[in-house]
Amino acid sequence: MAFIVPAELEAELNELVTHYPQKRSASLMFLHAIQEHFGFISKEAAEWIASKLDLQPIHVWELVTFYPMFRQHPPGRHQLKICRTLSCALGGAYALHEHFCRKFGLDPKAHGIQTTKDGSFSVEFVECLAGCGTAPVMMCNDEFHENVSLSKADELISKCQ
Amino acid sequence: MPQEYRLILKHADEPGYTPDIECYLRHGGYESLRKALALAPRELPDGKRMSAQEQIRDEVLKSGLRGRGGAGFSCGLKWSFVDRRSGKPIYLICNADESEPGTFKDRQIIHKDPHQLIEGMVISCFANDVKLAYIYIRGEMPEGAKLLNKAIKEARARNFLGPNILGSGYSLEIHVHRGAGAYICGEETGLIESLEGKRAYPRIKPPYFPAVLGLYQCPTIVNNVETLAAVKHIVAMGSGEYAKLGTPNNTGTRILSLSGHVKRPGYFEVEVGKVTMGELIFHENFGGGMRDGRKLKAIIPGGSSSKVFKAGETFKLKRKGPDGQMAAVDVGILDLPYDFDSLQQAGSMSGSGAIIVMDDSTDIVEALANVSEFYAHESCGQCTPCREGALWMSKALHRMTHGHGRKADADYLLHIAQNIQGRTICAFGEACAWPVLSFVKKFKDEFESRGAADEARHGSIQGATGHPTAASPGLPVI
Amino acid sequence: MSTPTTAELKPAPPPVETIRIKVDGRELDVPKTMPDWQGKPQPTTMLQACAMAGLEVPHYCYHPKLPIAGNCRMCLIEFGTPMMGPDRKPVLNEDGSPKIARSVLPYEPDAARGAIACATPISPGMELYPSSAATKQMREAVLESLLINHPLDCPICDQAGECKLQEYSVEHGQATSRFVETKVHKPKQVDLGPRIMLDDERCVLCTRCIRFTRDVAGDDALGIVNRGSYNSIAAYPGRQFDNNYSLNTVDLCPVGALTSKDFRFQMRVWFLKETKSLCATCGTGCNITAGAREEKLLRFEPRQNDAVNGPWMCDHGRLNYKWVQREDRLSTVISTRTGSGTWTGVLAEVAEVLRNAPKGSVAMVLSARQTNEELYLLNKLAVLCGAITDSIAREGQGDALLVSPDKNPNSNGVRLTGVAYTEMGIQIPKIAAGIRNGQIKTLVVFGEDVTRHGLEGDVLSRLDHLIVSDVLPNETTQRAHFLLPGCAHIEKRGTFVNVKGRLQKFMKAVEPKGDARPEWEFLGELLQLLGRPENFKSLEGLFNQMAKDTPAFAGLEWSRIGDLGVNVKL
Ligand SMILES: Cc1cc2nc3c(=O)[nH]c(=O)nc-3n(C[C@H](O)[C@H](O)[C@H](O)COP(=O)(O)O)c2cc1C
Ligand code: SF4
Ligand code: SF4
Ligand code: SF4
Ligand code: FES
Ligand code: FES
Repeated sequence: MAFIVPAELEAELNELVTHYPQKRSASLMFLHAIQEHFGFISKEAAEWIASKLDLQPIHVWELVTFYPMFRQHPPGRHQLKICRTLSCALGGAYALHEHFCRKFGLDPKAHGIQTTKDGSFSVEFVECLAGCGTAPVMMCNDEFHENVSLSKADELISKCQ
Repeated sequence: MPQEYRLILKHADEPGYTPDIECYLRHGGYESLRKALALAPRELPDGKRMSAQEQIRDEVLKSGLRGRGGAGFSCGLKWSFVDRRSGKPIYLICNADESEPGTFKDRQIIHKDPHQLIEGMVISCFANDVKLAYIYIRGEMPEGAKLLNKAIKEARARNFLGPNILGSGYSLEIHVHRGAGAYICGEETGLIESLEGKRAYPRIKPPYFPAVLGLYQCPTIVNNVETLAAVKHIVAMGSGEYAKLGTPNNTGTRILSLSGHVKRPGYFEVEVGKVTMGELIFHENFGGGMRDGRKLKAIIPGGSSSKVFKAGETFKLKRKGPDGQMAAVDVGILDLPYDFDSLQQAGSMSGSGAIIVMDDSTDIVEALANVSEFYAHESCGQCTPCREGALWMSKALHRMTHGHGRKADADYLLHIAQNIQGRTICAFGEACAWPVLSFVKKFKDEFESRGAADEARHGSIQGATGHPTAASPGLPVI
Repeated sequence: MSTPTTAELKPAPPPVETIRIKVDGRELDVPKTMPDWQGKPQPTTMLQACAMAGLEVPHYCYHPKLPIAGNCRMCLIEFGTPMMGPDRKPVLNEDGSPKIARSVLPYEPDAARGAIACATPISPGMELYPSSAATKQMREAVLESLLINHPLDCPICDQAGECKLQEYSVEHGQATSRFVETKVHKPKQVDLGPRIMLDDERCVLCTRCIRFTRDVAGDDALGIVNRGSYNSIAAYPGRQFDNNYSLNTVDLCPVGALTSKDFRFQMRVWFLKETKSLCATCGTGCNITAGAREEKLLRFEPRQNDAVNGPWMCDHGRLNYKWVQREDRLSTVISTRTGSGTWTGVLAEVAEVLRNAPKGSVAMVLSARQTNEELYLLNKLAVLCGAITDSIAREGQGDALLVSPDKNPNSNGVRLTGVAYTEMGIQIPKIAAGIRNGQIKTLVVFGEDVTRHGLEGDVLSRLDHLIVSDVLPNETTQRAHFLLPGCAHIEKRGTFVNVKGRLQKFMKAVEPKGDARPEWEFLGELLQLLGRPENFKSLEGLFNQMAKDTPAFAGLEWSRIGDLGVNVKL
């Protein structure tokens, strides 16, 4: 399968390279941009980035497997990331996570990413989102949500649907 | 009456205050930058001249500003270590990775008043002859990254940034760089590696002190968002006025993040050392006390890496008596002034200024298991003690919270943690060991009785028998 | 150690600046700087200082020829520095000696703070405690951590006997582990490349392999995937780790994580007989240790020689040993003229041929794979017969690290012994013409298939006498009237001169098969039969005699060459 980066995106990427004295520095920003566009980082994408930045593909793969935000597989259309860390846990994060999992028929004990069969939602625990004062907090794609009660969670799901 | 002192967050929460440049300018924005750029060289009594840059650096040193990122190191001193003779460019990086659990203060500045950070950065860069700077913002703040990019664009359009800033001849570019969900990117050398496009593996020191061999092996300054914002105010009000805020050696204001089991969690900007721990938790201007019917059990005072305090603890603090002599005084946990030095003397630290409160409904073993899971997940895995130890502790705690504890687990945990702290490449070693050491030491009875109860139910699990080690029965791998 | 020749004697170096420190209580002056991995002077490290005091600090990630990583923490040692008073002057003990402040954790002053010896520079007055209780405890703890997730499958691990984890566990470890949790599982039997297998569970993540291939071999092909305790060494999925230096990572790997497919499960290393030899695959002459068991060659490993190959060698050279013991290797001495099959018989016939050969009727093609000693004797023979001599050049691809484009191990030997003064092979057309026009009737070939180098079968068929010595059969050996089975260098002793003019000796690792003998032995006998008795009794004697007769080797003696060779004037 050929991996084709639209010209507009490529232009955006080319501009990013100019931010750094060394091309390799643009790796993370490239990965973000590519993931935003394609939903995840495929092998083809990693290889494309590597050649674009004069790197070996392993350099890119080292990043994809190190930084938790990067995905090797397509996640759900709506990615629910629930903070799991102490302040949120004290504020009911585990119940919130369990609530989502039960709604979607996913395993509430699993901490890693799980995606619904129809691909509409993925649920995962993430670590502290720097919103501990309004626990529990979560993200739905790029949106940050605070004080997420179970009823607020239901509202969020229906808004997504 | 203990109350907030809003300096950095003065306007942030005012109704109608927006993050755009017009709003910032209406509130006196970029005036400090103008002032800094306009500083004339000063003649010293000994005939030497002090450049504008040197004057600002001197002001920052005199202000007593201590880093707000975690270590509380003097900002002026840090700047003085920068190798200015190498002939290499000097870089400045704003550490906006804000990921120490419990901390949510930089978020407020970034999202509500991004120009204040930009202004602080431009001044700091000017003072340090920096031509290229980065804001390393954590990946989970996409909105913040957008706001900062917009602010940078606006500032550039008005010539507060870019070539020949306000006609001063000084040029600077700032770029936003996004992390991608790794806590260790907050550690400054891990951050530098990450900014170079690599895994965020902290560097060994020596030889890689950022002030000498930082980004691209060039001298580099890494400062926290709040630290850089404070620089703006130091220039605005002068180091003398700034140093009057707070208490000696703990000057200025700090934005504290309060979370957990209090009625009114949130962020509060206070003069450093002017408010006590008790006031922060109980006073109606701050945390507003425990939830109804609950009692205080434990306080994590400076982000999850700091050592926990137990309700009712008292400490011996060194205090100047009326006769001017230093003397040890007993201070209860609630009377502890919230500042760098007092918390350190009490055996913990103010770290990132994040206070997590736990009431008596908290299962302390569960709480530690939660924190340890964080560290096991976030260890970069580069050096042996942390890579192996962080997950080991987390597995042990997971086992304990899943009904397979042992009475001996308390000492087992202490043994593991003791062998991590001080032996690793970066301070993450302490960060993951300290919660374990302090929780277990201070709440040992809870760990032991829980383990003993499990053993009474199941019998003792095998282990500690030498190689090959016995795996515990039927445990899920975390 | 090598004995320097006059060429190597430099003027006395300027006195080195030293620092006085103490190691385990013993006072010691150490140079202020020492060479780093690239040979550049850098502040002397604690580890180097301890080594000077005769103490090895255990280590995994540190390697003298790789950039420092500092990740394993095995080399942590306790130390102290002179205490400074508020006046910035050293605080003194009652006896006037400087008071030493042991380094402690700032937040726990009862606990020692170690420093990694591999990366921490020493400073004046410093005291190192590589044997203290605190140091030992730190080591024990690091070992315990390394072992908790280790499979501990030593009985089936190839590294057993050469494993630093095993070795250090015995020396520095504790008898029991407290670990009672489930181990982390990682990929096992990963096919990393054509020559290497990886077992991630055995890996201690020292990153030596990554640094070697990135910083030495220049092929940044390895990395770490995943995070934290799940970190695993990997090549990019689907990509082969196959550069020509990849097998050095097997040597570097302190544990059994990287294994050579060629050597896997061949032999427990403690059964190997090890012999110092050279690689003869190109003109670099990398120093090697040959491993054999019961006369079977099993592996070549690089032997460190900083004047030649450092600690490395190329994969091609390393694996280029199997041909020596091939089934069809020449192993019978034979004369097709008489059917004689004994050395005495065949050598007598050869002597007869050469004795009766008119001047100008003999030519010799002598390989640059023969040793100096053999070339020296062959050249004598040539002078005796008035023969024209030449050798065959063997050009190929070289690289920036070790591999030389000259694929002969001893081209310089050929030149220095006088077998070929000019460009090698320049006489071959002349020899061919001589054979064609009937002037040359006898051809002596050592170690070359001349049919592939300008003396084709139809040319050879015109000869009256074809005298051939070689190791493997080829068209030339098939056409030989007299076949004298010789030895590969690994089966004999001798010397080569590498492309840079380093004369190096090698020892015999395995016995040759059947009748095959070292060429120098039967050449000596041949010269004797021709009335030129040689008075050497051994290879040592032969070398010393050659050195006397050969200007370039003047002053050399076998016993003084040493394991690392000497430079000679080219
Ligand atoms: C494990 C670890 C995580 C850290 N995370 C952060 C962080 O998220 N934000 C931050 O500003 N500093 C963080 N720090 C501290 C930085 O290393 C560095 O000291 C700080 O950015 C310096 O800025 P300051 O002097 O202005 O405080 C962290 C340190 C460690 C050891
Ligand atoms: S202490 Fe932990 S986070 Fe820091 S370098 Fe070592 S493994 Fe990485
Ligand atoms: S495979 Fe061997 S050399 Fe490479 S990191 Fe692991 S232990 Fe070190
Ligand atoms: S570089 Fe040449 S001498 Fe060295 S191992 Fe390779 S082939 Fe042999
Ligand atoms: S703990 Fe959830 S946002 Fe900090
Ligand atoms: S040898 Fe690995 S840290 Fe020094």
